[in-house]
Order: sequence, then C-alpha cells, then structure tokens
Amino acid sequence: MAQTKKKPASNKSKKKISRVTKKSEKKTPKVPSLDPDLAWSMYRKMWSIRKFEEHVWDVYTRGLMPGLAHLYIGEEGVAVGACSALRDDDYITSTHRGHGHCLAKGAQLDRMMAEIMGKESGYCRGKGGSMHIADFSGGNLGANGIVGGSFGIATGAALSAKMRKSGQVAVCFFGDGAANQGILLETINMAVIWNLPAIYICENNHYGEHTPADKVTGVDQIVKRAAGIGLEGVVLDGSDVVAMYKGVQAAAEKARNGDGPTFIEADTYRYRGHHVGDAAGYRTKEELDWWMQNKDPIAKLGELMMSEKAANTSELEALQEQVEQEVIDAVEFGRNAQLPPPEQAFEDLYA
Amino acid sequence: MPEVAEISFREAIIEAMAEEMRRDETVFLIGEDVGKSGGIFKCSEGLFEEFGTERVIDTPIAEAGYIGVSVGAAMTGMRPIAELMFGDFSLLTMDQLVNQAAKVRYMTGGQCKVCLTVRLSMGAGRSSAAQHSQSLHALFAHIPGLKVAVPSCPEDVKGLLKTAIRDDNPVLIFEDKMMYNDVGPVPRGEYTIPFGEAVVRREGSDVTLVGTSSMVGLSLEASKELENEGVSAEVVDLRTLFPLDTETLIASVRKTGYAVIVDEGASRYGVTGELASQITEAAFDFLDAPVMRIAAADVPVPFSPSLEMPTIPNVEQIVEVVLAMRGLRQGAIT
Repeated sequence: MAQTKKKPASNKSKKKISRVTKKSEKKTPKVPSLDPDLAWSMYRKMWSIRKFEEHVWDVYTRGLMPGLAHLYIGEEGVAVGACSALRDDDYITSTHRGHGHCLAKGAQLDRMMAEIMGKESGYCRGKGGSMHIADFSGGNLGANGIVGGSFGIATGAALSAKMRKSGQVAVCFFGDGAANQGILLETINMAVIWNLPAIYICENNHYGEHTPADKVTGVDQIVKRAAGIGLEGVVLDGSDVVAMYKGVQAAAEKARNGDGPTFIEADTYRYRGHHVGDAAGYRTKEELDWWMQNKDPIAKLGELMMSEKAANTSELEALQEQVEQEVIDAVEFGRNAQLPPPEQAFEDLYA
Repeated sequence: MPEVAEISFREAIIEAMAEEMRRDETVFLIGEDVGKSGGIFKCSEGLFEEFGTERVIDTPIAEAGYIGVSVGAAMTGMRPIAELMFGDFSLLTMDQLVNQAAKVRYMTGGQCKVCLTVRLSMGAGRSSAAQHSQSLHALFAHIPGLKVAVPSCPEDVKGLLKTAIRDDNPVLIFEDKMMYNDVGPVPRGEYTIPFGEAVVRREGSDVTLVGTSSMVGLSLEASKELENEGVSAEVVDLRTLFPLDTETLIASVRKTGYAVIVDEGASRYGVTGELASQITEAAFDFLDAPVMRIAAADVPVPFSPSLEMPTIPNVEQIVEVVLAMRGLRQGAIT
C-alpha cells in the first residue's frame, strides 16, 4: 500500500520540476544553462560525497569504525547545489545525515574519515563522530544528532550575522522528519518577524527513519507550511544540482539584500537505509530503482555537461578515478591516525 | 558618589546588564516582554530606552525557539542574555540547553564557544502554584557543559551576572523571585564576582549551614535564633553550584563537625543530596553527626498558602534540625 501511494507522489513532483525546466529553456534557448567551471566543481564534489559514503559503508562493514553512520548517497545534489551558492563564511547547520553537507561546505576528506573512525586528527578530535562533524573555520556549525536540533542554531547564526552586519547567510538543512518538530515553527517564525538572512532547506527524502513521510505529515508538500509561517516557499528538484544552485543563490541574494528568509523543499531520495545497519526493508526495490534511474544527481549533471560539451566521458572518468583515489587515501589516513588518549575525554568541555 | 548604595536585587540585575551592554556591543537581551514593558518582574526596566529594539529583543512566546536562537547567536560571536521569566519554562528548552548549548563545544572538539547567559527565576512562596514556582537549578547543575549560579543578595547577583555575561560558556543564573525587591548594599564601582568562590557569610564554630540563593538569608536568620540557644552557626553561601567551591565548604565542615544543607529544590536527587555526599566523602572523619538536608518537600508546589508554605524550607525547620543534631532537642530530626 505504502509503495503504490509513493510512486504517484514522486511522479507528481517530477512533473512539476520538468515543467519549470522547460519554461526556463524556452526563455533562454541558446545560452548554456551552466558555467563549465561551476559544473566541474559541483560534479567533483558530488562524486567525492558518493565515493566517500561508499567507503564509509566499506569501513563500517570491515569493522574499522565504531558506531553507525547515516549515508547521504542519492542526495548529493541538494548539499552541493546549495553550498556551491554560498560564500565561504556563510553558515550552515547540518543533520545526522551530514557528511554531504560537510564535504559540500569544504571539509577535507581525510579529517572527515578520521573523525568517523574516532581518531584524534578528526574534525572533532574523535569526540563527535559521524553525527557531529563541524568545521567552524568553513562556516559549518555542525551536524546534529537531534532531528530538528539545529533550527535554533541556524536561526541564531542568522540573527548574529544581522546584528554584526556581516552580510553572512545561514542555511539550515533538515529533513522531512524534522519538518514535524515544533521548533521549526518557533524559529522560522522568528526569522520572519526579524527578517533574518536565513535559508531553510528541507531535504524531503520521503522517509523519516523507517516511516514514509506522507504517513506522518499533514500536507502533501512540506513547503505548503511556509505560507502559514509567512515566508516564501520554493520547491526544487534535489536531483538537479543546477536548480538547487540557482534556487539557493536567489535565496542567498534575497537574504543578503535584507529581504528575509526563504523556505526551500528539495525533493530527494536516499539510496541506502536510514543508517549503515538498516537494510531499508520498508520500501520496494522498484521505488529505489526508479529514483536511481531517473533522479540520480550525478548522472544527470554528467549528461548535462556532455550535452553542453563541457565534458566528455573520458574526462569525467578521469575525474572519478582521481577522486576515488583521494577517498582511498582518506581512508588510509584515518586508519593510520591515532586514537585520542583517554585523558582527552576531559578536554574541550569548558572554554 | 558614595562607595556603596542600597539598591534592590532587581536594580542590581538591571545595572549589571546595562553596564555589560555599554561595555560590549555583542551583549544583548532577549526574552518575553523584556522590551518596552521592562519585563514581567521589571528586571529590564530602562534597557529598551537606552539600547533600543536591536539589543533588547522581545520574542514570541516560544521558549525553545528563542533559547535555541540565543545558542546559535552565542556560537557565532554574540553574547546573548536570554531571560526565561519563570524557571519552570526552562523545561520547554531542554533540548536547546542540554543537547545543544552544553555539548556543542565538546562534541566538536573545542571548535566553538557558547557565550550564553540564561537568566531565570526560581522559588515558591507567592501562590503561583506548581508550574510557576519550581526551583530547578539541580537539573542544570547535573549537566556537564553548563555552569549554574545561585546568587543570594543584590551585591552578588550583580557581580555574578556580570561574570556570567563575560564567561565564554553557557551559564544559567537563578534568581529567586521572592528576592527581587530585597534591598542590600551594592558597590558603586566596577566589580565582578568570580565563579567557584563560596563565601562565609557568618563565622561560627558549632555547625555549618550551607545555603543557596534565598536559603542563605534563611540560614542567616536561623543562625541568629541559634545564637540565643547557645549554638554558633557558620553560614556558607555557595554562590555557584558549578563550578563548586568544595574547599570553602569542606574547610567549614571540618571546623564545625556538623553540616546542614539548605536548598529550595526538591529534596530527592537534588542539590542537598549531592552536597551531603561531597561533604561525607571529603570530611567523614570530621563529622559528629550525619549531614542533614533541608529542601522543598517532594511534591509539586501547591497553590493555597496553607499548603504551600509547609512545603518550602523555613527558619524554624533549620533551627529544629540543628538543635536535634546537637542533642539539644529530643525526637526525630526533620
């Protein structure tokens, strides 16, 4: 039952997106829809995330990491499109499924992998692990283990940016699960009344842990809630990294101009289970295949780059190989890194 | 200008915030009704007029939301003072304070500071019933990553609040609402009071009364009555629960051999139990009687005065417990 209901919902959003794309193609038929440098950069980042996550899976199954990890495979277009549209000093807050956001905002593969393996050279010196990676030097205020846990932090960062007149924007990534947390209303309402430079990006991957989002959400599109809170809502195809880039670029420009926050719903899908130990038996293979065949963000960008003569197959393959080697090196870095000595458990608590 | 002025607890709070806001432009006040109205307890009167809407921010009634927003601002270069008018409302903000504010620095390997001050009221005694009367400081003192201050007088609330605002960590400062109108001497010049330094409010030789917040005043009153009974009580004001000045506490108990903890939190699993345990561990050989605890009764705070008053510590209770400990009264203690 759940699956038969699922498909039409996916097709519906597909139709909506293709209509938007057609419209923009009609308007500008001869101008390339993307800058080649940007396309290469976004392709590289998405491929890095995909390979990184595949190796996290491998590291997990080989028993090289403690705990669990929530993989971002399939959703790369959202983080990469969004973060590519941001300044280095703009803020993001991430989620438990955060590796993609961190890498997209500029984190290094090796220190990411070391953190996931609980090593001292990791971003959090082994204190946070997969769910708490942060890189404050790059504006990443941290992944969060609480669903909806970073609405306050992101909104506060936006308030801070406004008070300091820094011109920074704060992006809050959250999922369809967090969309049902009460603090969403509380904080986004404040962003609206105070006209804060914030962007709320709901990654609707259609499952909150094991439960289909449409079974626990009272609206057929989460973005409909934006109107009720009083801010602009935009639906974007999360598998279209260029659309994500443009959408977030527009929202960031609006925020920087003092025109307030934007709510973006990105339609996306995770190829893997809720975490590395979840076989995702609550959804069908047909559904997964449909997304992988029709909505893969990396394949779609690759096709676009080739159709626009920005890349050819061998160039893309060369990049893929290079990036995979970087990820393999990151795993080696993590394996060879030291575990933190026990006394470090008592460091970093108070400033 | 005189060196000391007699001002109220409330005025001392306002002075502390105003001075820090003048001193540091990253300091701002945020909370419900803190702006033009001056706060439900009038603890921000005049600040709106001096600092304007940009730095004295009225929020929607959304405690989790604005505490969360304060945490985010505190992580990114600002120093918010967030007011939770009733400490009871802190329970709506637990994820923000306990999961986020207290942990983000640690979880990220020390990458950030959370320069957050939360001011919140506590205390029963005004028929506000169970959801506007709780003393929840123990809950937060339990959480690694937070600091907790429990000032007992106008001079201390000013000095401790200024320290809280300058601290690079999340600090909760509990204000007993029964003390807002209490007047006491407050130095006119610039001063702060460091965290983790208890103060002996009254020297004595026969028993140590350990107090927090308004229970220090109660202990001082009790010590006067005890004097008439021939018992010399020492009163230790802890000022902060974390960091905790165990040195002053233990030194006093080693001297007197008797310890009574007086705190307005509920008795079970609370401040009194923790302090009793610490005293027992560090001064067991010096004790001539079990450490006694005087705390709020283990019931929600009732509304009717005839029900409410017996549930919170009072002077007579302290006197009776001390006299029983010292063998000057018959019968069960507490």
